[in-house]
Amino acid sequence: MLNQRIPGKLAAIMGTAAQAETSRRNFLIGAAAAGSALVIGFRASTPALASDGNAEEAPINPLSAYVTIDEDNTITVHSAHFDMGQGAYHGVATLVKQELGCSWQQMAVIGAAGNVKLYGNLAWGGFAQGTGGSTAMASSWDRYRTAGATAREMLKAAAANEWGVASTNIVAEAGTLTGPGGQQATYGDMAAKAAEMPVPTDVALKPAEAWTEIGNEKTLRFDRAGKTDGTQDFTIDVKLPGLLTAVPIHPPKFGATVASFDAEEAKQVKGVVDVVQTPRGLAVVGEHMWAAIKGRELVTVEWDESGAETRGSEAILAEYRAQSTEAPTVMARNDGNAEEALAGADRVVEATYEFPFLAHAALEPLNAVVHRNEDGIIEVWGGHQIPDIYQMASAQVADVDPSQVRMHVMKSGGGFGRRAVADADVIVETVAAAKALGWRAPVRMQWTREDDMTAGRYRPAYVHRVRAGLDANGNIIAWDNHIVGQSILGGTPFEGMIQDGVDATSVEGSNTLPYAIPNLSVGLTTTDVKVPVLWWRAVGSTHTAYATEAFFDELATAAGKDPVEWRMELIKDHPRHSETLKLVAEKADWSGPVPEGRFRGVSLHESFGSVVAQIAEVSVDGTDVRVHKVWCAVDCGTAINPDTIKAQMEGGIGFGLGSILSEELTLADGGEVEQGNYDSYLPLRIDQMPEIEVHIVPSDNPPTGVGEPGTPPIGPAVANAVFAATGKRIYNLPFAKGFA
Amino acid sequence: MLKLNINGKDHEIDADPDMPLMWAIRDLAGLTGTKFGCGLAMCGACTVHVDGFPMRSCQFAVGDVGESRVTTIEGVNGAAATAVQAAWVDLDVPQCGYCQSGQIMSAAALLSETPNPTDDDIDAAMSGNLCRCATYHRIRAAIHDAARRLEA
Repeated sequence: MLNQRIPGKLAAIMGTAAQAETSRRNFLIGAAAAGSALVIGFRASTPALASDGNAEEAPINPLSAYVTIDEDNTITVHSAHFDMGQGAYHGVATLVKQELGCSWQQMAVIGAAGNVKLYGNLAWGGFAQGTGGSTAMASSWDRYRTAGATAREMLKAAAANEWGVASTNIVAEAGTLTGPGGQQATYGDMAAKAAEMPVPTDVALKPAEAWTEIGNEKTLRFDRAGKTDGTQDFTIDVKLPGLLTAVPIHPPKFGATVASFDAEEAKQVKGVVDVVQTPRGLAVVGEHMWAAIKGRELVTVEWDESGAETRGSEAILAEYRAQSTEAPTVMARNDGNAEEALAGADRVVEATYEFPFLAHAALEPLNAVVHRNEDGIIEVWGGHQIPDIYQMASAQVADVDPSQVRMHVMKSGGGFGRRAVADADVIVETVAAAKALGWRAPVRMQWTREDDMTAGRYRPAYVHRVRAGLDANGNIIAWDNHIVGQSILGGTPFEGMIQDGVDATSVEGSNTLPYAIPNLSVGLTTTDVKVPVLWWRAVGSTHTAYATEAFFDELATAAGKDPVEWRMELIKDHPRHSETLKLVAEKADWSGPVPEGRFRGVSLHESFGSVVAQIAEVSVDGTDVRVHKVWCAVDCGTAINPDTIKAQMEGGIGFGLGSILSEELTLADGGEVEQGNYDSYLPLRIDQMPEIEVHIVPSDNPPTGVGEPGTPPIGPAVANAVFAATGKRIYNLPFAKGFA
Repeated sequence: MLKLNINGKDHEIDADPDMPLMWAIRDLAGLTGTKFGCGLAMCGACTVHVDGFPMRSCQFAVGDVGESRVTTIEGVNGAAATAVQAAWVDLDVPQCGYCQSGQIMSAAALLSETPNPTDDDIDAAMSGNLCRCATYHRIRAAIHDAARRLEA
């Protein structure tokens, strides 16, 4: 996902440092009255905001806020972070609730957008709003607690005024203010008066000993009921009067463009409204989805394929394999002299790993809804993972000022990174279609599953060549990892983050290998392929964790060492890694007996500031791999919502397991994508899901990520267990291919 | 005009008979709890009950529904569905939630037929319902939990 993607100077703050250094003073708290509501975070002319030197720059969205308390005692949290299922809204709301003192029943969370000063991601330095790199809690940790505490103190100050008592004698709890003489008022009763109080500039946050919400294992997601009765709306469910539905026609090969088209026959289909051009191809617009789909079948298009990618994925991977044995273009890490140490090693172990393209394949196919309202404002509904960028892109396509575009952030049916695309693909396509229709009706662009799967933006294919040298005592004296594949950042507005030719998303997890190895090099060769690629849940770690941890296991076998004990020896300088691996080994009873016919593998990987260790227990019947149980330990700093953390580990494991077992997106020779639906692209199903036990390492560090870090370790843990079971190493993913 | 009985209510539907029931439910009847995921009966997000049986509404032509009673997530009730929904809430099953209408319709149908399912029964009944968030671990636990509620 969007992992610390900010241009230029900000590249320097990548990694955990960015999260650790998030400052409370990096954001602005203001307050204002809006009618009879208290609005915390409002960008009004308060002293707190005037000092920022940019006060004249008006927000694009006039409703900007962190927390709104209405007269009817409703508390609305405006989340800077998008919820694609990972529970960001619940996390942000928990932080507000902890400080404000209120009940879930009175709380609502909506997606915020349109004011980077309020909503910029603090883990990225605050310069862009976005959700990714598992940073939502790191970014929100101080911001939303401070917002909640500010609201609480202003409510108390208003009540103190009203009742003629000291503010310190007032208790704010469960949405109610109680005075020393038994005076009572709801937050809603006091909201309008509170809005007139001065904004405190240094509110005290509750100490950890006073937490009742943060770390509460009993707290379940506040929004779960609406996800069990069909009432939770997604972009596909947006209802507007006269809403039309469009389906796209995209080029059959990446890089092809429309030469000409004939839509006359399609326009005769009952319910088809029009066929219009979009930046990427065409859109068939109907009164409803089925009319659009039927009309689309009758459109004929001549494509200009002169600039298209025509290599198949087999050919692409063959080129990568060849490149992997040559010298890398750039180095991403170079400790000591690995080549020299390899030459002098007692034994050299070498392996080459191949990783296919992967599709995100979220259950809600990509979509957006666009409507130019009666005030001329262009409203855009969607799963806006990077709303500022989408707002700018929408304005550009609509040919209006960005202030004339308003973003409505919807929850999405999954995402896994696919809803953060620098060129705003489905968003601008929808705006273009609505514009081509003369803005005469609201338009929903709804991709079908096939559109979604064949449209590109895949986890890039990679080849890793890894070599290591052991000395006569079996110590690792050299490690060299050469990674070959496409850059995710290259050719996008985030290109400025590529430092000295190294796209960090290609090597992360590999160049941060924690093991104490004196000569360690990681090289990168970035390839030129026209298949559009993107971050996919856990980004670089989706392949680097597999290559490094499966290879480590191979070395342990070669050296005759226990994979857990040997790792413990080599991570002595990494206490978080040590604690996490120790915990999982204890919980799984690593050194104890294993049931008959079952075999175990272990892995350890840090991503997005969190350390995760997993032990997988498998049985193998022929080439059929069955994962029975996974033990998982995670150090993600302060555990805000333990149940959500467990859910993210469980889901991350299932997501990663599906990918290593069966997922593969291939291009035929000629360049056409070969998978269109879930009959040929194969995510995990319930009958393949293991039992999972998650343990959280106690920590009082600031929170780090949980949305992604559960995914990387499962592949190598299972591969290492399969080796224990069969003596076979799997170098080609998915297993369906590499374990045939 | 076609007549469709959805959740006990008759709807006049202006659609060609080949329109999948899913789009009639969503776009014409305006009931959007039933989700579009694949259009190929491969993901189960569109699962509804037709005369009580779980059906993938994306592969069921609206012209073939006839007098049958269609039940969607908005209208599902009865002991099994109630137990399933309560278990889903208590075990905090959903993540994004997009597939869960279909999961719940499949689970409710399973428990109506098989009140105390084994893990194999659950695999057989639920493996047509994809969850890309992989909430399967909790879905399985919630179905067992719902079965216990039904027994009680």
